[in-house]
Amino acid sequence: MKKHLVSAHDLNKDEAVLVLDTAKELALISDRPVKKLPTLRGRTVVNLFFEDSTRTRISFEAASKRLSADVINFSAKGSSVSKGESLKDTAQTLQSMGADAVVIRHGSSGAPHLLATRNWIDAVVINAGDGTHEHPTQALLDAYTIRKHLRNNEGDLNGLKVAIVGDILHSRVARSNAILLKTLGATPIMVAPPTLLPVGIEKWNGEFSYDLDEVLPQVDAVMMLRVQQERMSDAYFPTTREYSRNFGLNAQRLKTMQKHALVLHPGPMNRGMEITAEVADSTNSVVIEQVANGVSVRMAVLYLLLGGSNSETGENN
Amino acid sequence: MSILLQNGSLKGEKNVDILIENDKISKVAPANSLKDDKAEVIDLTGLIILPGLVDLHTHLREPGREDAETVATGSAAAARGGFTAVHAMANTLPVADTAGVVEQVWNLGKSIGLVDVYPVGAVTIGLKGENLAELSAMADSTARVRIFSDDGHCVSDPVLMRRALEYVKAFNGVIAQHAQEPRLTKNAQMNESELSGRLGLTGWPAVAEEAIVARDVLLTEHVQSKLHVCHASTAGTVDILRWAKGKKVNVTAEVTPHHLFLSQIHCESYDAKFKVNPPLRTDDDINELRKALAEGIIDVVATDHAPHPMEDKEGEWSSAAFGMTGLETALSVVATAMIETKLMTWADVARVMSEKPAEIGQLTEHGRPIAENEIANLCIIDPNASWKVDAKDTHSLSTNNPFHDMTLKSKVIHTIFRGKFSMKSGQVQK
Repeated sequence: MKKHLVSAHDLNKDEAVLVLDTAKELALISDRPVKKLPTLRGRTVVNLFFEDSTRTRISFEAASKRLSADVINFSAKGSSVSKGESLKDTAQTLQSMGADAVVIRHGSSGAPHLLATRNWIDAVVINAGDGTHEHPTQALLDAYTIRKHLRNNEGDLNGLKVAIVGDILHSRVARSNAILLKTLGATPIMVAPPTLLPVGIEKWNGEFSYDLDEVLPQVDAVMMLRVQQERMSDAYFPTTREYSRNFGLNAQRLKTMQKHALVLHPGPMNRGMEITAEVADSTNSVVIEQVANGVSVRMAVLYLLLGGSNSETGENN
Repeated sequence: MSILLQNGSLKGEKNVDILIENDKISKVAPANSLKDDKAEVIDLTGLIILPGLVDLHTHLREPGREDAETVATGSAAAARGGFTAVHAMANTLPVADTAGVVEQVWNLGKSIGLVDVYPVGAVTIGLKGENLAELSAMADSTARVRIFSDDGHCVSDPVLMRRALEYVKAFNGVIAQHAQEPRLTKNAQMNESELSGRLGLTGWPAVAEEAIVARDVLLTEHVQSKLHVCHASTAGTVDILRWAKGKKVNVTAEVTPHHLFLSQIHCESYDAKFKVNPPLRTDDDINELRKALAEGIIDVVATDHAPHPMEDKEGEWSSAAFGMTGLETALSVVATAMIETKLMTWADVARVMSEKPAEIGQLTEHGRPIAENEIANLCIIDPNASWKVDAKDTHSLSTNNPFHDMTLKSKVIHTIFRGKFSMKSGQVQK
């Protein structure tokens, strides 16, 4: 494994499968009365969040704590753009506090990459979402969820088709998923109005479509992305009703899908916009389970990136 | 005080001796034919002599951002790069939108005396794109401004652009446009392409430049004025310029050394020293820009030297400043991109880096023939040098040099400014 997890590209197929297998083992802990392993005792994980994200932060926090790591939450919202503390200074502060891992969420694409490559800090860097770039642990938890239901929680995702629907242009979840699904042998299909697909989408590894109805019957899973409020006022589509009519997942559309097909959503959902309440709560929906799987997958990432180099094991070759 | 330059190659064409007395060239004669016991004799065997370089696009940052650059440090960097004249852009604090500010910059340049500093005046008050600045007052000031630009901002309002083009006809001015449609480039970070999509950086589409260049060319033709296109960066802009020149529209254009040499692939590093406006483009754009420069569709090279302090460049990409330094590397980058590739000769370099820029800036003492009785502004180059750029080895106050660690061909060895060395054997003469 590479030292850091900045992009879904950092994992090859074997490594991605290893993360999922490890997550499967670690998920067993969550079913025990005492949800804790001593693996990362004495190690410090810093949650460095320049952007609000309660869900992702508490997911990482739970994952770290279940592995017995010390967790420091560092909320540095707004400090990058306003002339507050720079990323470099923050990194160096964490370095002197002895952080072993930094989980970073940042509004600017590439910020985790800088942290990982600039020699400001020795810690392992885990990208918890950067700008409109990537969110690799979200892709891992989505892959885990799909694998659990459609591949008996084993191996890769060879041969599966997964539709990713919505604001692909601004979605870090879509980017990481497109990469990881491909790595695991699945075919991602990006579905959106042309205004919400990035320029050059035809050169991405995968397929794309403007027609959700045509895609739905073919796929084994559909991932609905949240449509941000600000897109609605910036002429990406005429009205929310029209968007919803063409790209919203409702009960009628769900019926056109294969029986085994899964419905995923990274949350938080706009019920009635990209997904109806009926679909979100249907038996095909694994949205709630994604949250639990997020903790297991993040435990696996921390375990593999930190545990592997743990001097406690005495391995030093 | 006189200088005798012996056996140098005049624009790479023929070897000559040049005698400089006071601020003028007093003799140009066949190689090794001149003798002068009182003169300082400099052997130029193997070196190229060009007229002193002229930059149409320099950010000297003074007044206001003396932490990034001053007229003094920028002048030293210019002298080291072979320049004898630079045009200081108007986006200072306060903005160079009054006769007072342009005269201040002009006087600072004079008092430092390493290079002639010609201020560019703002087109609109405060670069805000709302009301015309007092263009005529700046033209009539001792700074004698002829080039007006809101560089950094586009004069995007078509009516305002039309008025500016019309108004400067009264004193033979030229509007230098930073062509960037603002609505198409909101929060733009890098060239819009498959790569920007992959990196999650908001795209700056080529069409946002081309739409403005096309509009401005048409406006210029309509009102019969003069337009200069700053930092042309796309193949599409080249097509429009070719069309406009075919129609005899009075338009000139510049390209920067970095747009001739660096592609968007550098953005993959998220290293903001590669963040620049307009952004680095594709290899296809680079090839078209090079061809257009060789062909004369693009008239000149201008550095867009844009110094920024470290703290504005080392952070995350989207909050970093746009711009790169360029004065000290310009000649070498052009030589590497255009001479090594056999696209241009040294005489062509003289044209695009000295003669044409001086003509556009209406300078009477720069970009002139190297001949008797001309003011001695010269740039002397070792065409066989090969050197590795070190961003820290600079006279600029800033180190945001994108060519750091790259190996370039050719190097400026001496610069002669008004008959005196402003830079000699690599050392700026302060």
